[in-house]
Amino acid sequence: MGGLRGVRRIYAGCSLALFAFFLWSAEFERLKGYAVGLFLQLDPLTALSGFLTSQTLYKGLAFSLLILIPTLFLGRFFCSWICPLGILNQGLSHLFNRRRAIESWEENRYRPLYRIKYYLLVALLIFALLGALQIGLLDPIAFIYRSFALSVLPVLDQLTSGGFFAQATVFHGGVLISLILLAILLANRFITRFWCRALCPLGALLGLLSQWSILRIRRDVERCNHCKQCLRACQGAADPDGQLRVTECHLCMNCIEACGSRALHYGLAGEKSSIGKPLDLNRRRVVETSLAALVAVPMTKGSLSARSTSTPEVIRPPGSLPESRFLARCIKCGLCMRVCPTNVLQPALLEAGFEGLWTPILMNSVGYCEHHCVLCGQVCPTAAIRPLSVAEKVGAAPFTQPVRLGTAFFDRGRCLPWAMDVACIVCEEACPTSPKAIWYETASVTSRDGRKVTLKRPFVQPELCIGCGVCENKCPVADLAAIRVSSVGESRSKDNRMLLNQQS
Amino acid sequence: MAWERASEIVEKLEPLVGRREFLRRVAGLSGVAVGVAAGGYLAFSDQPVRQPEVRALRFKDFRVPPDALHPVLAVARGQRVEAMARGAIDKLGGVGRFIQKGDRVLLKPNVGWDRQPEQAANTGPELVEAMVRICREAGAKSVWVTDVSLNDPKRCFARSGIEAATVNAGGSVRLPGREDFIDTDMGGKVLKVWPVSRFFHEVDKVINLPIVKHHSLSGCTLAMKNWYGVIGGQRNRLHQAIHDSIVDLAAAVRPTLTVMDATRVLKRNGPTGGNPADVVREETLIAALDEVALDSFCLQFLDLTPEAVPFLALAEARGLGMVAWRELNIAQIQVG
Repeated sequence: MGGLRGVRRIYAGCSLALFAFFLWSAEFERLKGYAVGLFLQLDPLTALSGFLTSQTLYKGLAFSLLILIPTLFLGRFFCSWICPLGILNQGLSHLFNRRRAIESWEENRYRPLYRIKYYLLVALLIFALLGALQIGLLDPIAFIYRSFALSVLPVLDQLTSGGFFAQATVFHGGVLISLILLAILLANRFITRFWCRALCPLGALLGLLSQWSILRIRRDVERCNHCKQCLRACQGAADPDGQLRVTECHLCMNCIEACGSRALHYGLAGEKSSIGKPLDLNRRRVVETSLAALVAVPMTKGSLSARSTSTPEVIRPPGSLPESRFLARCIKCGLCMRVCPTNVLQPALLEAGFEGLWTPILMNSVGYCEHHCVLCGQVCPTAAIRPLSVAEKVGAAPFTQPVRLGTAFFDRGRCLPWAMDVACIVCEEACPTSPKAIWYETASVTSRDGRKVTLKRPFVQPELCIGCGVCENKCPVADLAAIRVSSVGESRSKDNRMLLNQQS
Repeated sequence: MAWERASEIVEKLEPLVGRREFLRRVAGLSGVAVGVAAGGYLAFSDQPVRQPEVRALRFKDFRVPPDALHPVLAVARGQRVEAMARGAIDKLGGVGRFIQKGDRVLLKPNVGWDRQPEQAANTGPELVEAMVRICREAGAKSVWVTDVSLNDPKRCFARSGIEAATVNAGGSVRLPGREDFIDTDMGGKVLKVWPVSRFFHEVDKVINLPIVKHHSLSGCTLAMKNWYGVIGGQRNRLHQAIHDSIVDLAAAVRPTLTVMDATRVLKRNGPTGGNPADVVREETLIAALDEVALDSFCLQFLDLTPEAVPFLALAEARGLGMVAWRELNIAQIQVG
């Protein structure tokens, strides 16, 4: 008794395995050209909203058409066959389900609550249309990548003392991401596939597209004896026992296998097939949501953020686009943070403003930007971080300028040779540019007890500094380094500059 | 009505406890009580904080017995690194003097930086490959190659070519993770107890494979400075007393043998380098049993004098070797 459900289970297993493989390969030694962001590129919602904000369908995002076009004919097959979050929810709902038949009928019946996802979709798309990309908060693929990259895998790293990396990774506010993931997974205990039924904006988009689908679950009204076994098995709340709501059907095929009288099949309508129900949407609510979103965008733009004002701690990865274009592309998937070998890339909380939540910033207390590493731009699915060659990053021929992330500044009140007459210049040792951006002057000073001390006192030459932050990371003043990088001088910005001779 | 309904409720009764059952229960509860009391007694401490016993290891002495028949410094010049290494080691008495069958051998090249071989910031992969092969041929049971890198260790070992060289020649790379450091008593002037990469405690022989490089604070990075790569912890504080630290490290780790890579020498902008224009080919390898004499010998590549490098005199005063290498018996050979 394999049937279509059995085929679906094989596909789902392969999709999950592929997802796990991509996450495993997102590492310096294993990243051998694998399309680690493939699921993000297959996602029509990131493609559509990215298209609305950037007016381009960047490279691999064209793969999303492979999902979008078949959905028009086949229905929401993506949700149960390909989406890693959908498959996880499906599996957990199956495990959690210990309901009696009468409880299942109640629980699996369609509820108006499930309209929320359409309103969320409308709001997020209107945001995108006005240039504010917040799809990454709720898009299931970005959600599952982020949750695994910044919460599940670090936990595994901690348990295996280092695991994939030389040092176990840690992430800024990682526990928040963990709690949200746990809440979404645990919700399956109370409502089967709660995320997919009620919240998922991608599911809503695919639901809208599937309303004209030719192939769908069909119920033969003469064979059906109304035993409701199909409703008991339904994971989508699509009412297969009555008039099917095709927009809610995830094509898990459970109902077909559950039916004892062979009244259900997937395909074209037969002579005695029941009609379906149209999409259940309240037009008034759609208009209200649209108006709210229209007002909300200028409101977010009116709040202080890295987009409106240069912000010292918003240091973006090498190759990042200028802030407003960066925010118009970044879907907060966390792949760049996963692949970063030094763990310097961290999910911002409110550093870059509300709209910059979970976008990547460099925290040099954790790591630093490895001079010859360009992995973040290589894995970014939307080119919010442009793919750079090593030559372009370091400014080797034919390039004339390196990519600068910011500029380092000495805090002379904390610097050992400046403030305490103690030898140090670790920053100068670690500085990777050639010639080094940190140089020193040899000074002879008299210490408190009258000894003559000869010291090397360091300086930054801003024209040479690339803002990689290795000086800050290696500074022996452990808690708040005596040399710190801020974003000024970053190549990507025309405004966040200080020197006249540094013009783009 | 209410009275009638109450009469239908079947009340369940607690069974009576007999003498035997009573004694059994009392014995059981007493056992638990004694266990709790014993636990309390064992856990009791009159100190506010329980200090774990500090058990610091010390380094083994990896040296082989001195031998008046052979020189302590053998300089090989030429183009073929493996032949130069073999020639220089033969002059010191042959590899059989240093490696016995079944030895676990640890090689410590300088792999501090995410740089390629041409940039001469790390020991050349050719020397590492040659040394792994020589040790394997001498019957070493295992040959490990390790360092505590400053940049991301995986990138350092991959891009320096040292990982591939090691694997090619039949050795294995050991990258220390966070858990791989063991407190070790360095017994030094400024270095007391420091976390040390555990691999140094798990081998029979240690061979130092440094490279000649410029360094702004100490003047140069040579054999003794290469021991920075055995310790973890907050070692960036060592710069505050760099010469004493170098001597402390060299006094703590006494290697079986040192083979200095002076084929490519980073003359400026060290120790990271980056620009091939700062690298000069000197095409020299030096095998040595005296790290002080070796470091002193190598100053010629960086146009330095022993007076400019205070750690040499400090090391000599500590009895680690001789600065005046010209007074020693030195073998010099030309290979190919």
